[in-house]
Amino acid sequence: MNKVAIIGVGCSKFGVRNDVNVAELTFEAFKPSIEDAGITPKDIEFVAVGSTGAGAWYEELLPAVVSAEYCGLTGAGLARCEAACASGSAAFSMAYWAVASGQVKIAAALGVEKMREIDTPTMMEWIGRAGYYLWEFHNFGLTFPGYYALYASAHMAKYGTTEEDLALVAVKNHKYASMNPIAHFRNRITVDDALSSMIIAAPLKLYDCCPVTDGAASIILASEEKVKELKIDTPVWVAGLGYASGTANMSKRLDYVGLEASVSASQMAYKMANVSPDQLDVAVVHDCFTIAEIMAYEDIGLCKKGEGGKLIREGQTEIGGKIPVNIDGGLKAKGHPIGTTGCAMIYELTKQLREEAVERSRQAPMKNYIALAHNVGGTGHYCYVTILRR
Amino acid sequence: MAAMPSIKSREVKIVHDIPISRTLKFWEGLKEGKILATKCKKCGKLYFPPSADCAACLSSDMEWVELSNEATIETFTHVVVRPTTFQQEKPYTVAIGRLKEGVRVLAWLTGFKLSEVKVGMKAKLVAKTTTDGRLTYEFTRPE
Repeated sequence: MNKVAIIGVGCSKFGVRNDVNVAELTFEAFKPSIEDAGITPKDIEFVAVGSTGAGAWYEELLPAVVSAEYCGLTGAGLARCEAACASGSAAFSMAYWAVASGQVKIAAALGVEKMREIDTPTMMEWIGRAGYYLWEFHNFGLTFPGYYALYASAHMAKYGTTEEDLALVAVKNHKYASMNPIAHFRNRITVDDALSSMIIAAPLKLYDCCPVTDGAASIILASEEKVKELKIDTPVWVAGLGYASGTANMSKRLDYVGLEASVSASQMAYKMANVSPDQLDVAVVHDCFTIAEIMAYEDIGLCKKGEGGKLIREGQTEIGGKIPVNIDGGLKAKGHPIGTTGCAMIYELTKQLREEAVERSRQAPMKNYIALAHNVGGTGHYCYVTILRR
Repeated sequence: MAAMPSIKSREVKIVHDIPISRTLKFWEGLKEGKILATKCKKCGKLYFPPSADCAACLSSDMEWVELSNEATIETFTHVVVRPTTFQQEKPYTVAIGRLKEGVRVLAWLTGFKLSEVKVGMKAKLVAKTTTDGRLTYEFTRPE
């Protein structure tokens, strides 16, 4: 496998973006990414697009062709990738493999999602169906907060994790989102705000849940030869990539206190990058719900199993702690445009590794220049872990 | 803030006809008050939800077996904010229970106050036909 570098990144403003359609939103992320790389659309030989709601929560069935045409990418190899909430990472992987194999020199991974064109109950319906419709939605109407609430109840019962622990994740992520101009939510919250918010799917409350967000992100990947040719001054290298999957039926998982796919994918990525969790300078993890961040700490080895609650209580995942996590605001407060998230995570880590985080107050201190992105699809249906190194 | 200008897409109504011919015995069993699983005749693996093919050994030679009703609740949630097609329902509790045969079942949990529901408690799994004729199954209070 050839070395692959990230040479350009772009991300749109996240939020309710009823001012733009899916193609226009993609453009908003794509243009800055090619300017960052110093290339033109014609230099890109292969494009992978992560998007989940095509035809469901937005009107276009084929967002890859629509967005590619709009961005001047027609002619390049093209596909849409679906791995639920990890679709952006699936697209990133596909673009990575295209370059790593040596078949192309420059590839792009685009993530785009337009989620705010339909009403909230219909959104709950579509996302609730995103598991095993026949066996877990048709008769039982499980929503996404509901699926993750199943994990929360089990984690609380087994390890004594509390609703306050969950609230602390929300408080931390809102704090960093308040420093991130592209975040959906810019407001700071308190533990009391979180604990007194309305129940969505018990024990999860409003502030335990990520918002429904529109957004796009774009990542340009290139071979070592192109990095030299283009005189890229701070390439960020893809050091490790791990992937795994879990059962469609929640009822068939081994347990409800962690995600098997996260454990397998992270171990694969650590092995490929030849790094251990204690070498990471910064991480972004999949915090679609607060309990998901706590399980991620444990599953990717930032702490022992069952000690995720303790890690957040001790402030170890803040800047200045053992390992800053989700200091862009996370899915929880920056927002979670489903198919975009994987690319938005790579955008954030690339900025962090280049030490050009938008605001200095949320720049992680760099020692080893190693960062990790953990992106889950569905309720542990898919997982991708990417390790980057400057 | 004023609403952004937009145009309405054309309206579609989507209803899928989901084939059940290969698991028909299961759906018929529910009408008779039975919860059926499938078991691979070749490797012995038990499937719930019932599967017409074995993912473990890829055999399609399966037999039907009736499951016990005794479940231990492993986790649960109480869904308050509901999807479009569940708007007419009152908030509902969904649980995952492990049956003594080893398979797990995800279903509604009824007959308990929410404050009574605990991980590790016992529940009974029963087949049910809803008032509008839908075939389902649920956990309820053991006798």
